[in-house]
Amino acid sequence: MPKREDIRKIMLIGSGPIVIGQACEFDYSGVQACKSLKAEGYEIVLVNSNPATIMTDPDFADRTYIEPLTAQALTEIIRRERPDALLPTLGGQTALNLAMKLAKKGVLSRYNVEMIGARPDVINKAEDRELFKEAMIRIGLDMPRSVSAHSMEEAREAQKKLGCWPVVIRPGFTLGGTGGGIAHDPEEFEAICQRGLYYSPTSEVLIEESIEGWKEFELEVMRDHKDNCVIVCSIENLDPMGVHTGDSITIAPALTLTDREYQALRDAAIAVMREIGVDTGGSNVQFALNPDNGRIVVIEMNPRVSRSSALASKATGFPIAKFAAKLAVGYTLDEICNDITRVTPACFEPSIDYVVTKIPRFAFEKFNGADTTLGTQMKSVGETMSIGRTFKQSFQKALRSLETGRSGFGADGKDTKFEALSDAELEKNVKRPSATRIFYVRAALRRGWSVDRIFDICKIDRWFLRELAEIAAFEDEIRSVGSIEKLEKDHALFFQAKDMGFSDRQIAWILKAKEADVRAARERIGLIAAYAQVDTCAAEFQSYTPYLYSYYKNPDTRLADPTASQLAEGTGLRPGEAPAKKKKIMILGGGPNRIGQGIEFDYCCVHASFALRKAGFETVMVNSNPETVSTDYDTSDKLYFEPLTLEDVLHVYRHEKCDGAIVQFGGQTPLNLARDLEANGVNIIGTKPAMIDAAEDRKLFGDIVNKLHILQPASGMAKTADEAVEVAHRIGFPVLVRPSFVLGGRAMMIVHDEASLRKYMAETTEVSPDRPILVDSFLQHATEVDVDCLSDGETTELCGIMEHIELAGIHSGDSACTIPPPTLTKEIQDGLRKRSIELARELHVVGLMNVQFAVKDNDIYVIEVNPRASRTVPFVSKATGIPFAKIASLVMAGKKLKDIGYTKLFTPRHFAVKEAVFPFNRFPGVDVVLTPEMKSTGEVMGIDYRHSMAYIKSQVGAGNYIPMQGNVFLSVRDEDQEAVVPFAKRLVKMGYEIYSTRGTSTLLRNNGIHTYAVFRISEGRPNVIDLIEEKDLAWIINTPSVGAAAAEDEAKMRSTCILRGIPITTTLDALEATIEGLEDMKGEFGKGEFGVEVCSIQEYHRHSPKVNV
Amino acid sequence: MTLQEKWKQQRERKAFLALEDGSVFYGYSVGAAVDTFGEVVFNTSMMGYEEILSDPSYCGQFVTLTTPEIGNVGINATDMESEKFQAAGLIVHQLNQDSNWRSEESLTAALVRYGLPALSGIDTRSLTLLLREKGTLKGFICASGKVSAEDGVKKAKAWQGLDGIDTVQNVTCKKAYEFDDALLQGYGMPEKFPGKDLHIVAYDFGLKRNILRQLRIEGFRVTVVPAKTPAKDVLAMNPDGVFLSNGPGDPAGVSYAIENAKALMGKVPLMGICLGHQILGLASGAKTGRLKFGHHGGNHPVKFLGTDRVMVTSQNHNFAVLEDSIDKSKIEVTHINLNDQSIEGFRSKVIPMISVQFHPEAAPGPHDSAPFFADCRKLMESAKK
Ligand SMILES: Nc1ncnc2c1ncn2[C@@H]1O[C@H](COP(=O)(O)OP(=O)(O)O)[C@@H](O)[C@H]1O
Ligand SMILES: Nc1ncnc2c1ncn2[C@@H]1O[C@H](COP(=O)(O)OP(=O)(O)O)[C@@H](O)[C@H]1O
Ligand SMILES: [Mg+2]
Ligand SMILES: [Mg+2]
Repeated sequence: MPKREDIRKIMLIGSGPIVIGQACEFDYSGVQACKSLKAEGYEIVLVNSNPATIMTDPDFADRTYIEPLTAQALTEIIRRERPDALLPTLGGQTALNLAMKLAKKGVLSRYNVEMIGARPDVINKAEDRELFKEAMIRIGLDMPRSVSAHSMEEAREAQKKLGCWPVVIRPGFTLGGTGGGIAHDPEEFEAICQRGLYYSPTSEVLIEESIEGWKEFELEVMRDHKDNCVIVCSIENLDPMGVHTGDSITIAPALTLTDREYQALRDAAIAVMREIGVDTGGSNVQFALNPDNGRIVVIEMNPRVSRSSALASKATGFPIAKFAAKLAVGYTLDEICNDITRVTPACFEPSIDYVVTKIPRFAFEKFNGADTTLGTQMKSVGETMSIGRTFKQSFQKALRSLETGRSGFGADGKDTKFEALSDAELEKNVKRPSATRIFYVRAALRRGWSVDRIFDICKIDRWFLRELAEIAAFEDEIRSVGSIEKLEKDHALFFQAKDMGFSDRQIAWILKAKEADVRAARERIGLIAAYAQVDTCAAEFQSYTPYLYSYYKNPDTRLADPTASQLAEGTGLRPGEAPAKKKKIMILGGGPNRIGQGIEFDYCCVHASFALRKAGFETVMVNSNPETVSTDYDTSDKLYFEPLTLEDVLHVYRHEKCDGAIVQFGGQTPLNLARDLEANGVNIIGTKPAMIDAAEDRKLFGDIVNKLHILQPASGMAKTADEAVEVAHRIGFPVLVRPSFVLGGRAMMIVHDEASLRKYMAETTEVSPDRPILVDSFLQHATEVDVDCLSDGETTELCGIMEHIELAGIHSGDSACTIPPPTLTKEIQDGLRKRSIELARELHVVGLMNVQFAVKDNDIYVIEVNPRASRTVPFVSKATGIPFAKIASLVMAGKKLKDIGYTKLFTPRHFAVKEAVFPFNRFPGVDVVLTPEMKSTGEVMGIDYRHSMAYIKSQVGAGNYIPMQGNVFLSVRDEDQEAVVPFAKRLVKMGYEIYSTRGTSTLLRNNGIHTYAVFRISEGRPNVIDLIEEKDLAWIINTPSVGAAAAEDEAKMRSTCILRGIPITTTLDALEATIEGLEDMKGEFGKGEFGVEVCSIQEYHRHSPKVNV
Repeated sequence: MTLQEKWKQQRERKAFLALEDGSVFYGYSVGAAVDTFGEVVFNTSMMGYEEILSDPSYCGQFVTLTTPEIGNVGINATDMESEKFQAAGLIVHQLNQDSNWRSEESLTAALVRYGLPALSGIDTRSLTLLLREKGTLKGFICASGKVSAEDGVKKAKAWQGLDGIDTVQNVTCKKAYEFDDALLQGYGMPEKFPGKDLHIVAYDFGLKRNILRQLRIEGFRVTVVPAKTPAKDVLAMNPDGVFLSNGPGDPAGVSYAIENAKALMGKVPLMGICLGHQILGLASGAKTGRLKFGHHGGNHPVKFLGTDRVMVTSQNHNFAVLEDSIDKSKIEVTHINLNDQSIEGFRSKVIPMISVQFHPEAAPGPHDSAPFFADCRKLMESAKK
């Protein structure tokens, strides 16, 4: 059937801010959907609160709403846009749940909006754990024994019914297993169930017999309305049941199933699709299989595209989201063409002739006290994928793609801490699922433990353990040749090492040589990577899409007369096609998402590719992150799915004979490679690596700043505690201390007195004579400002000035900020402009530069300069409507700002506020306090003509629902006592009841403000925790104090809030903005509680200057 | 064998595959240490190497598996599609030890036991690209290490190959027999199955066991007869239907089968799969021809024109019934392959006869097309009335 004509206007919901369990894979699926639906001629209305996404680019939809993802906002948008249909299956759990809300509230029927892709009853059946179970029983599929519960009482009952420990608690309608867990005893049970019931929007949990240790599989299914079904990909989890698939190392295709077993899963998956009734689109079905007898049970299904379907798309070249969108508007699979082969239809099952490995990336180091054991609740913040001919190759590649400092599966000198353990300790860690378990397994293998023994401990399939054992043992085989010179003579062994995925670094370490020597030796004997095509059909058909991965070709294969397609293989060209005459530019992506480096950088890379292609260049993308748009095979002219290491990137650069490479868009990852790439003949375009380093180098940068007479916080370096104290006394407390050469504000701390400074010096590990501690005078009560600017080497112009709402001291990535600056005077803004331009000139910036300033009593200090695309670029672009990343990429390629038409800072008439979103709810017990160390995973934007409303929107968007009445708990540190009084007055005036601890409450009473006093936690009861537990606290305002005891109290309180989902405001600046917002909401144009007005960014951008990109 | 020994062998790369076009692919032997000839084909199924190796249709062929990690699940008696491995040889990228709860023997052990040479460490992707464009090639596997590559190529060129010769004789049963329900035991088989109310006689041109299982599960009493059994003998068994099985090679090579089919037409409902389908095509006056690449995989989309629905099918054939050679007044095309529009099935408008080119019995492959066996039943029932 052709596409539906009765639909003209389709509304799409994105997944909002990046959070654990919902990352940029939904930007990828959203972008694909927008693109393909637009191509079909539909009018697209897109809603997503996340400005860092590519889908929210004005070009991808006709109307783009960067508004909070709440039922109220969506209702407003529907009322305004009157879409014919709502497509909720591409925006993750968020979109799905919102669509359900709208349906339940009758909004969809009221405005006659049809839900396409999945009907409400279908979603319900799939997501409601109880209904799903019934459905599975109906079609005779097996499930773990379970009982569902809606209250603690029911939960306890349920556990008794099952009568076994451990049990698994699985909340309904949640994402990434939020609130779930495995309880081994009543105590854990109570805690997890409470959490689970709280996080499930339907307060429903499933109490289930645990089948930890079984094998876990996922199948990606697509179905069209003619009931054609295909399995796109099978995925096998290396980590057995008990570890969330999102946190598991996973492999595609499944490697340990016979055809009969696999077909049983396939039949089951299709049966599930039919029974649940997903009649168009993609779904993901999860199974567990008992390794002893093959018993298969269904774990769950997701009636939407998911993290796994993004992975499956990248793993097979089959674009699930794109097709799901087409199916939703009426096409059938046999009507859609497979873009990769161009001749065969999409109605088939990809066959792959390689092995794909996905490894998750964690960020525990950011969250002291977080439980690092992996379980049924997802904790990873990103993932990397790699493709190799064999499991060994792909697994080792994946480990080096992960960018955790490992060069593969061991053999890089980083295993001492694993190998040093006692047998008992080692066994414990092999058993306990964790981010590094695999390296404990390696240690065990090296120690000679048998595969069977290790299997009994961790239940990782023997097949994988044997492969790992082989890698671990092969290290000695390489070592046995003695030296790199000897290895160079032993071609067969050298080839074998590369074929097993050993990186030059590993080989260098094993043979005590330098990486460069290994590379040189390889090149001398012509042992260089070859490339193969991801073609969906295992070479059965001609493929047209240049989507490539590296492997090592047998040197001895002798082809009599190579065929056209053999000659074309790995070149990204079609048989007979001549290479394009265009200039080739390589763009290096950001690798796996992590805190501090995420979707913002992918946004920049993708824009660079779009702009450069349009300008007539050929673009070559290199990245290893399957969640991204940059690794979509039609974003760039050529896609190399490769690790971002010197070895792998050099190979691609030389193989493609690129003319230049862009390193300043992918965040820190490519920057760290810049120097070595340059040294190896790579032409880095844009700002030169030397200059990028200069900005990072204290000494060099200090000189530049002095030369320009720009203020910088007084600072010094210290190798010992005494030196530190000495420096601190010289520049004065408080000081900000941090180890040198660590990024993302790692291990940064504000220290107020000598005692705590000595404590820090004693505890910090990173300190050593060649790695001193940096001590800066900490600027108190200073306003922080981010400035992004563009330079072509001649002209330099600002992109935007972002005034932070929190004071300096909270990482720029974690604090809310506003464009244009609401409070900075013209003088200050001119000052910022002048300094930024001088810095850009001094650093010979070509492209983008980001500066962080701190403004203290009209003095402007520079905190740091990053001569590269920064996290804020997408935000500035969305706020102003000017595509800065595109402009920058053209500038780097030689164009001038004048010609592009951007020469003057544009100040919008509206305000845009960026607010950060944190993963604290994933790490129960971790303190919720903002510091100079970045902790946020994502961001949202609020946009409005009034700053206060924009701010409130950003809060609602970020999930801080500040109610319009109720009880407020107010407790501020001594420094803030005076300042808080007027705010308290305004709160009371708005009708809030104020509770506060003695100190604050006496003060307020003295100022004639009525408050209820409560005890500090340490003082006794009733204290704030009691208030929270009784749930009659609506909002907590607490500015963290310094004293140890107090701090501990507050930490406890803030964590409890997170658990209960009570909004917290931790700075007076945020408080002020909030109060203003609330006053507005109560005012004439107010929309009621959490209510916002909506407007598309295309409308806001009406006045933005047009540039030619 | 210790890891060190294995690695050493992998490095020496003594074994090789020589092709008639002069190409040589070196690897190391992971099967029987014998040298043989074979027609080199590839299969893109990601699972089911055991079913493939034991499928008689592969008689005389070297199977190249495009999926790189092979041997992971070992070999078990239940999944065999005939009593032994039938292919002439196996070519893989990497062969591994087994890990699966049903495994009874490692693949290497089985290869040695059945006397099949097998090469590992082959760049199967390059080989597949070659076969895709040049079509099936004659090849020579040297696993003994006793032949030089040059001689290997000469041998491959010199070998007469399989075209036109009757490989069916190597795989068909020697005498007629009744299907034994013992083959219905084991993983994935139904606990209970219906009685036998209809009698079907199956010509064995290289029958896959799963065809017999499916026929039995449909409630047929199944008698298997040798390929050359005369039509009259078959009719003498007064069957409710006659089934022509899959099998190796060129349908032109089995003229006797075509004659028998002609003789049976109209007298009894006829059903065919793969080679059987081609034979029925030829018997009804159509022509068959070699496909450029052949179909060898478990993921081919076939549209059933009756319902306009697509099923993902398992396929293994180099020949096909040619569209324009069909007498449309007598034959109706019922299935087409969406990849290359080739004919995947037809029925007769004048006599009870249905047949399909793909493998509804799967094994290995998706079960989407299993309903074909129910259609066989319908055909026979309506003919009975
Ligand atoms: N009964 C169980 N026993 C052991 N582990 C389980 C069980 N049920 C689920 N799990 C584990 O929990 C993980 C998350 O469960 P799931 O229902 O898939 O949550 P989500 O909906 O967030 O994906 C699964 O990937 C699986 O590893
Ligand atoms: N001297 C200082 N006074 C006050 N705050 C500071 C000072 N130096 C850094 N900060 C705070 O620490 C945060 C992180 O510091 P920064 O140097 O930007 O590290 P990163 O390289 O991780 O961005 C800044 O955003 C700022 O809020
Ligand atoms: Mg799941
Ligand atoms: Mg910073």
